[in-house]
Amino acid sequence: MTPHLLYAFTGLLLFVTGLFGMIALDHLLRKLLALNLMGSGTFLVLVGLAQHRNGVDPVVQALVLTGIVVAIAATALGLVLIRRYYHLSGRSSLEPDTNDEAGP
Amino acid sequence: MRRWATPSLLAVCFALVCVLGLGLWSIAFDPVGKSLPERVRDAMGSSGVDHPVTAVLLNFRSYDTLLEIGVLVIAAIAGISMARLPSLEDPAFRTHDALLGALQRWFVPLMWLVAGYLVWAGAKQPGGAFQAGAVLAATGVLMRLGGMPMDFLQPGRLLRVGLVLGFAVFLLVAFVTALVGDAFLAYPEGMAKSLILLIEVSLTLSIAMVLLSLFVAAPVTDATGNQEGGHR
Repeated sequence: MTPHLLYAFTGLLLFVTGLFGMIALDHLLRKLLALNLMGSGTFLVLVGLAQHRNGVDPVVQALVLTGIVVAIAATALGLVLIRRYYHLSGRSSLEPDTNDEAGP
Repeated sequence: MRRWATPSLLAVCFALVCVLGLGLWSIAFDPVGKSLPERVRDAMGSSGVDHPVTAVLLNFRSYDTLLEIGVLVIAAIAGISMARLPSLEDPAFRTHDALLGALQRWFVPLMWLVAGYLVWAGAKQPGGAFQAGAVLAATGVLMRLGGMPMDFLQPGRLLRVGLVLGFAVFLLVAFVTALVGDAFLAYPEGMAKSLILLIEVSLTLSIAMVLLSLFVAAPVTDATGNQEGGHR
């Protein structure tokens, strides 16, 4: 068990934690953070596994760098969409609260 | 969420951890053939740069980078079209703080210098277009928060050109190399260094522009400025 393999398994745990958060949390910002956690976990798995097998691997590092930039853009776009959704509907989660359903 | 859902979701996630962990463990010790780092090392001589990550990003796997800047441009266009204000650069959002203004006079040129250095350093050490673009975008955020006028963020020709510059230059190089040379994005012998530099500089400008316009597209709104949410 090398440190690099430990990174890969940590990434796996982060990924599943993020997946759980994506499904279980209601607030859209939390969902977005959970999605980012999933992405970071994937990057850790990629880099950790490749370094464990081959040493420092520039191909995987470049792929992860590409992934990070795309993740930033996706997060920013998600934030803009969430803001717009909040302004249009006044809600911060996708499903209406139970309090709302009791109303007219 | 309903009450029974969380425990069962936890159980599913735990099972997923076990399955994926077993999968990781089983492939972690598989023997591999000729490894990718060796292949990269063998091909470094023809790449035009000295740093392996930059060589992979802009030469060996430049197709990925081309698609990546395409994704960024699409994200920026989508973000801008969601913006609340007709003008992306509204004077009402500027703050006027003497200390911030004085600091900016020192920081902004320095940060431009750092961004330029990062582009150039990408050839032989960690650095490159994306890091430099991030620094440049941070400079833009600082300038915007400090109330410096940034007219190029008005929707118009400059904004459009700035957003698509990196993608356009990259695509142009790709098509020219495909028509004149051997293949899509296969740089001709001896020209790799200058072509990579050209692409890197235009990528830096475009990435900074994309990140900055995504930041500006979500302006801080006060409670009374809720003009678009009709039914609250």
